[in-house]
Parts: sequence; structure tokens; C-alpha cells
Amino acid sequence: MAKRPIYGVMAEFNNTNDLLEAAHHAREAGYKQMDAYSPFPVEGLSEAVGFPRTSLPAIVLAGGLIGMFGGFFLQYYPNAMGFPLDIGGKPFDSWPSFIPITYELTILCAAIACVVGMIWLNGLPTPYHPVFNIPRFELASQDRFFLCIKSKDPKFSLEEARRFLEEQHPREVNVVPV
Amino acid sequence: MDPVDPLTEEKPAFLSPGDPFLAPGHSYASVTDRITGVILGRTRKGWWIGFAIAFFLVLVLNYGITMLFAIGVGEFGIQIPVAWAFAITNFVWWIGIGHAGTLISAFLLLMRQKWRTSINRFAEAMTIFAVACAGMFPLVHMGRPWLFFWLFPYPDTMGVWPQFRSPLVWDVFAVSTYFTVSLLFWYVGLLPDFATLRDKAKAKFAKVTYGVLSMGWRGSARHWKRHEVCSLLLAGLATPLVVSVHTVVSFDFTIAIVPGWHSTIFPPYFVAGAIYSGFAMVIMLAIPLRAWFHLEDFITIRHLNNMGKLLLATGMIVAYSYVMEAFFSFYSADKFERYMMIDRMTGRYGIVFWILATCNIFVPMIFLWWHKVRTSTVLLFIVATFAQIGMWLERFVIIVQSLHRDFMPSAWGMFYPTPTDWEVLFGSIGLFFALFYLFARLLPSISIFEMRDLVHRTAEDAGVIAKVE
Repeated sequence: MAKRPIYGVMAEFNNTNDLLEAAHHAREAGYKQMDAYSPFPVEGLSEAVGFPRTSLPAIVLAGGLIGMFGGFFLQYYPNAMGFPLDIGGKPFDSWPSFIPITYELTILCAAIACVVGMIWLNGLPTPYHPVFNIPRFELASQDRFFLCIKSKDPKFSLEEARRFLEEQHPREVNVVPV
Repeated sequence: MDPVDPLTEEKPAFLSPGDPFLAPGHSYASVTDRITGVILGRTRKGWWIGFAIAFFLVLVLNYGITMLFAIGVGEFGIQIPVAWAFAITNFVWWIGIGHAGTLISAFLLLMRQKWRTSINRFAEAMTIFAVACAGMFPLVHMGRPWLFFWLFPYPDTMGVWPQFRSPLVWDVFAVSTYFTVSLLFWYVGLLPDFATLRDKAKAKFAKVTYGVLSMGWRGSARHWKRHEVCSLLLAGLATPLVVSVHTVVSFDFTIAIVPGWHSTIFPPYFVAGAIYSGFAMVIMLAIPLRAWFHLEDFITIRHLNNMGKLLLATGMIVAYSYVMEAFFSFYSADKFERYMMIDRMTGRYGIVFWILATCNIFVPMIFLWWHKVRTSTVLLFIVATFAQIGMWLERFVIIVQSLHRDFMPSAWGMFYPTPTDWEVLFGSIGLFFALFYLFARLLPSISIFEMRDLVHRTAEDAGVIAKVE
């Protein structure tokens, strides 16, 4: 029988403290490729699995700047360059009256960049993911906490990873097939 | 359920700052089950009755708008000089109602107010539905609504562009930005909850639908990290919107020279009024919602008390604005301004002004100071209803009364509402509630993942580990 390829080894925990501790131990043991799953954001967990910061703020800043300059130009071009129209003797480039729309479009573009950036960086939509092969994984969105050591970790060996996770006081340890 | 002292099992006489925002004894699973139970359980008879009433009003709205489009804006009671009446009153009223949702979801998030957790989701839904109702009115009040897209800048064959120096165009951008950002914020919050519903749903259709909406959310530490950063940044971006959108709406009036409109107090006055009417609506939605779906453990008396206090605080700003508006009319030494203010209080629309003052100033200022009123669901609901009616009348007075007697007596005229005016007003209320009924049935009206977080933090504060079966 050919060996089925595996995605990793997953341990289930009862609470955040056990999960955080296990994640820290795994890092100390030298594992780099792992992920933790929880039903709500747990403080310090992303740092523990080796994901200290995200580039999302930079994307939002870029979106905001595009909105700001684009929004101003959107008004400046037709009024001062494309189709200058004398209305009540007002200057063509009456920039103070362009501020409200510039401001709104800055926020609009930054917000769209923020949400699209979050979804894109998270790799969503993901129609299929191996972790859902564990039947009990549906509790990850309810009241259980999971830690998965992935098979692509250079240090990964099935027996060792399973033994390591079993030492972390889990409720259950499962092998995740691809 | 009223808060009960766990030791003596007696109701405390007064709420103390240490009272929980969550009834004791909840676990991650129990909050999840209670909130998803509303959605995944059977439809109750009461829901159908409420939805049927709201949907009937939607049909009334359809009738009114059909007549309006078929015959023209003359179906409204508008005449020169009162060319803006119910339609713009409804617009300003609805958009104001939306503001409390953004304040709760964005501003209170930045302020790290724990009590927002159980009310933010349905307050955000309220924002979206209110802005949707609001957005309809500028379209239907136009003589040729099919040409609404002329408001947007696009390179057309006529070679003309919108007048960007006009607050009416600013309004288009402010309202559409507000709607889009509110919708995005709402969806970001719903994303992890869709994943919960996907995992809890038994029926295939529900599982697939919520699964598609959740986009395959796994709750991984990386997901949560980006999600948290995204929520905080969105909150930071949405907070200025609370102030800017109604400011731009008030510019529609202040930039005109009509006495009663041309005033520098309008932007803060409108923003305070918006938050005031918005909190009144949050209260009017929270009280039935917690009773019908048995969410008393999550939306506690302490939440109602806090919302009552916010209603009182914003009501005081509104009351102060009324007084200042009147004061500056006389202090300006402008005879048109002075005449406008005297006419507002004693003229043909004087009775409306006094009903508005009663609803917006006297009732809330007398009753909301009492702890008993703020913690009684029935009394608080009644006071909020008064405030809501008062805010609609306020916009009516500002628009109609100011317009009906401006500078030239030869151009004065009265406005009388027609059946179409009423159909569209009550129809929009029906549309709002119909959407809200669907929301409460199909989507989690309380943010589930934030409630689990609250369970975790409440347990942490008590120095224990939240229990798991």
C-alpha cells in the first residue's frame, strides 16, 4: 500500500493556555512550519507560531494615497484643465471645495484596500484545505484550539512530531491527510 | 434577566461599574449555541407576523414610488418655495440613524469599550439598512430619477462634469463611501461567524451558503492576526466618517443662504442629532431583540443603562444646539433670521416645533436622568420612541419651516403632505424593518467570536480558565 501524503500532525487542546504553551514548546523544539487554530483571536498566538507582523498596514496606506491623489485629480482635471467653466467668477482651481470629496475617497480607497488586502493575504477564498479532513476540526470555529505541525517543516518526521505533540497534554492528536 | 448578586441571589439596588456585561456561567460553546440557535432553529410564528407587517409596508412603498415615477414629483406635496419636504427629511433622518452603528462598531472599538461586543453587530446592520433607506430618497425626489448617474463623474459624450463645488455632489461621495465602508466593516466582522455557522449547520443548503460566505475561513493564527489589524484599521478609517458624513449632509443646508439654514452651528449640531437618533434606534431594536430571541444574558440591563446614558449625553448636545440656534438668530441682528425664529415658534408650523421640543428635549431630559427609567425596558423604549419621532420632526422643521417663508413675502407658501408622502415615509420604515427581520433570522445578530473573546476575558479577569465540556 502506497503511503498517503500527509499535510501535518494536528493536536487538539482544551484552552488557550495549553495551546500557547504547546506553540512555544514547538518553536523551542525547532519547528518552524506550523499553524494554530482558535475560535477567537488569542493574544500572542501569532507571534508564538512565528508570524509577528503583517504587511496589511502598508497596503492600506497605499490605498489611502491612491484615493487621496486620485480623488483630488478627479476634481482638479475637469474643473481646471479638461472643461473649465466660469461659475459665479469662482477660480477654476478652487481647491478648498475639493477637499470633502478628496477626503471621502481617501477613506473609501483605504478601506477597500484594507478588506481586499486582508482577504488576499489570508489566501481566501480557499475552497479546499487539508485541515478540514479532521472531523473534529469543525470545533475550531466553536470552542476548541488546534496546533498543526506541517509536513513541509525541514525537521518534520511523522513519529517525532506525533510524539512531541502527545507530550503537550492535548486532548487528541491526529494525522492530517492532504 | 436582571443582574442578580451571585451570593445573595438578590437584585442589587443599583448597577455598579463592576457588574458583568455577560451573565455568569457561560462557556464558549454556550454563547455559540445560543446565538446560532436563533439562526439554525425553526422560524417562529412571531417572526412571520412581524415580517408580514413590515413586508406589507414595503408594498406600500412600492405603490408610492410607482405612482411617483409614473406621474412625477408633483405626487409629493411639494410646491415652490418648499421644494424639499418629506423626501429630504427622510433622507437626513435615516442617514442620521445609521451613525450610532458606526459609532458603536468603530469608535467604541478604538476606545476598547467591552460593552460594545454584544450590540455592535446588529447596530452595524442597522447602519447599513438605514443608509440604504436614506440613499433611496435623493433618487426618488429627483424629477428625472433615471438620470441619477449624472451626479457621478464619468467622461460622457456631452463633455460636462458634475459641479464639484456643490455640497450636493459631496453628498453623493460621502453617502456612497459611508455605505461601502459600513458594508465592508460588517462583512469583515461576519467572516469568522460565517465559518461557525458553516460548521454548525446541519442542512446542506445552509452549510454550502455559509461556507461560500465564509470563504474557507479556518481561524488560523495568521488569519486572526490580519483580521485584527484589518478591524482596527477599518475602525480608525470609519471613525472620521461618523463625523464627516453628517457634516457634509449639513453642508447641503448651511451653504445655501436661506434663513434657518445658513448657520455655522449645523455640522456639530447635525452630528450630535445623528448619534442621538441612532442610539434611540439601537435601543428600539435591542429591547425587542433581546426579549424575542432570549438574549438577555448577552444584552444585559447594563447595556441598556449605558445606551440610555449616551442618549442623554447626545440629547443634551442637541438641546444646547437648539438653544444656541435660537440665541444666534436674535444675536445676529439679521431681521430675516429673527423673523424665521419667531415664525418657527409661533407660526403655522409652530405646533410642530413644540412637539419636537417636547420629544427631543423635555421627555429625555426629564426621564433619562432616572436610573429606574434607564434600566426599565418598557420606559426606555418609550423614551427612545419619543426621541426618534422628535428627530424626524426636527429635520422636518429645519427643511420645511425654513423654506416656507424666506425673504420675499410674495414667494411664501405652505407645504401639506399628500398620501404619497406618507406612503413613502412609512414604506421606508417598513423596508428597514423587513431587512432587519431577515437579518435577525439569517445572520448572527450578535458577534459570536467576539462573545467567545468576552467569555475568555471575563474568565481571565476572574483568574480562571474558561470551561470546556
